[in-house]
Amino acid sequence: MRNLTDLALGEGGTVRCLRASGGMGRRLMDLGFTAGARVECLLSAPGGGMRAYRVRRAVIALRKKDARTVILEDSSHE
Amino acid sequence: MNEPPLIALMGNPNVGKSTLFNALTGMRQHTGNWPGKTVASARGVCHLGKESFFLLDVPGAYSLWAQSAEEEAALEAVCFGGADAVMVVCDASCLERNLNLAYQVLEITDRVSLCVNFMDEAQKKGLRVDLDALSRRLGVPVTGICAREGQGLQAALAAAKETLLRPPKPRRVPYPQPVAQAAEKLAEKLQASVAGVVDPYFAALRLMEGNPCFLKELSRRVPGAESFPLEADRALAGLSLSREGLSALLVESVYRAAEEACRASVSAPDASPRALRADRALTGLKGLPVLLALLGLIFFLTLKGANAPSGWLAEGFTALERQLSALLSRLGTPPFLLSLLTEGVFRTLGQVVSVMLPPMAVFFPLFTLLEDSGYLPRVAFTLDGLFERCRACGKQALTMCMGFGCNAVGVTGCRIIDSPRERLIAILTNSLVPCNGRFPLLIAMMTLFFSGGGLGGTAVSVAMLLGLSLLAVGATLLVSRLLSLWVLKGVPSSSTLELPPYRMPQVGRVVLRSMLDRTLFVLGRAAAVAAPAGLVIFLLSHIRLDERTLLSLLTGFLDPLGRLMGLDGVILAGFLLGFPANEIVLPLMVMAYTAGESLTETGSLLTLGALLSAQGWTWLTALNVMLFSLFHFPCSTTLLTIYRETGSKKWTLLAFLLPTAIGMLLCMITNFAAKIL
Repeated sequence: MRNLTDLALGEGGTVRCLRASGGMGRRLMDLGFTAGARVECLLSAPGGGMRAYRVRRAVIALRKKDARTVILEDSSHE
Repeated sequence: MNEPPLIALMGNPNVGKSTLFNALTGMRQHTGNWPGKTVASARGVCHLGKESFFLLDVPGAYSLWAQSAEEEAALEAVCFGGADAVMVVCDASCLERNLNLAYQVLEITDRVSLCVNFMDEAQKKGLRVDLDALSRRLGVPVTGICAREGQGLQAALAAAKETLLRPPKPRRVPYPQPVAQAAEKLAEKLQASVAGVVDPYFAALRLMEGNPCFLKELSRRVPGAESFPLEADRALAGLSLSREGLSALLVESVYRAAEEACRASVSAPDASPRALRADRALTGLKGLPVLLALLGLIFFLTLKGANAPSGWLAEGFTALERQLSALLSRLGTPPFLLSLLTEGVFRTLGQVVSVMLPPMAVFFPLFTLLEDSGYLPRVAFTLDGLFERCRACGKQALTMCMGFGCNAVGVTGCRIIDSPRERLIAILTNSLVPCNGRFPLLIAMMTLFFSGGGLGGTAVSVAMLLGLSLLAVGATLLVSRLLSLWVLKGVPSSSTLELPPYRMPQVGRVVLRSMLDRTLFVLGRAAAVAAPAGLVIFLLSHIRLDERTLLSLLTGFLDPLGRLMGLDGVILAGFLLGFPANEIVLPLMVMAYTAGESLTETGSLLTLGALLSAQGWTWLTALNVMLFSLFHFPCSTTLLTIYRETGSKKWTLLAFLLPTAIGMLLCMITNFAAKIL
């Protein structure tokens, strides 16, 4: 299954569900990462640090371990 | 007489609530283009015609789920804080996400109006927001504003006032039938106990989701609330959903409603590729040299810009002192009092103002420009990897940057860090970066002992300042890592960081405002702190005990330790007596050296250099003074702030000892190394 970290720079996808538990899951949803939301990977920090994603017209940066919890639809479904 | 009604300003982080608040109340809450800048609610009064209102500037929140300190404050303010009406402030270019919060607020109260900010910016991006259509969708009044330009504010306030007189009928989020029914049934049961405190339907939903913060707040206000979670679980059981499942369902429903509302009211082009190109250049691997170059430019402008005014001020103060002295002696002032007032109080004041003020008055506005442009979150984004490796939060890069302005502000800003462990790390390490009040001392040391004048000299100074800044950042990272190894063990938590759009700062206004504010602040501090400190130094140097002045007893006592660190007793005494404010440390040293002598000239850098050299200062002394200025106990204001923020004497003590130990160690090492080589 693909997750946010699998997106290359400039690549887009659609959120299927969240795997984060507890507070972080809710935080990601409140930021707009809900099922069906379009996301696009915009920036990546040097040295494998954060990546920034566009979601609902905002730019949100996430650490890799958090981005991994956002599961995407398979691209064949789009 | 009736108390004016209270209107709460709410919204996502960084949508311009504080700007709107300032414009309406005439107050000066700190504003800046980064999320999480307002950390405590501020209250002010505003007027519409003859009527007055209380306005509450609530910290930014993405949701009322309340995960961070700011969101808890937001939940408290709107739910239990006694707000009579709520104005939800939205960013026009990010409306969908903003409506998530707006819909949540609509579940608490009917007296809501929406105020869409950055209409001008949206228009430039080709975005059109149909306010009437949005208003029809939500069922509450919607107005458009440009808070920075002050456009549409009165209309927005009038709309809020209207909701007080005639509560609108908001259209609430349609949840799936079974969920809505279960919530309504639970709401009926709660009705009797929570009525008058909070909307029962809202309470039912939050209890079914198992929102811990909401329950905590409710228990404080409603007797018997302990039994509510049981009821909520029973209601949930009928839905065959987990709490998290329900939570997800609710947020998805809210976002679906928000999407529909936006589809009906916003027409938008694709996002701007130009901003993205800029961001790619500023945040990738290329971002680091850009960051260094920017910092270097700021230092260069500070050095160049502060030079001339510093000289003028010094001359002015010397002339003034002469006149003051003449005036006082004509009035028949006794000689001791006369020299106490002129050489003690007035001269210290003059030193602080002429040597310390100009660099601060230049550096601070430049820093504010950077803050307003939206660049700081990019710095945090770029540096997050480093902080994560040191098991700290990337937002610590933000609070560290704030520390360059003022450590006390940086410490307060640490509230944006959600994990308590990482917040403590950020608080304890904040004073490792030099604040605005310490830069002038560093600059003076460099100019006098290392670089000299001229353009080449300035370049050397800039390079040295950059080096010292990197040293400070390196120390921050290292100490953070060590703290999480030993004292504050743990793994890095999750963190999210929003990168706001770049905004052109209102250069003229920012520069003028922050320069004036800074100047007034330093002048105020000079009067409040430097003058009394000058008085103390003067008295210490004139009161004798066994043939020796108190000052020489003190410096004599500190001297052995000072020598060990490549300093001397007077320098350490200066740092100790400068505890109330970093900007008085250097002037105090000068006063301590010259106490008892009658100098005719003070203040200018040249005379300062001659004076220090005469006291036996070498480049090594200057280097150690710089190192100790970089790493020593935080000023009293910062320590008080740390105590307030941590509520613990233990952590405050550690915040005092940690940088001091580092500084003493470093000074001793350089001292011995220089002696051996």
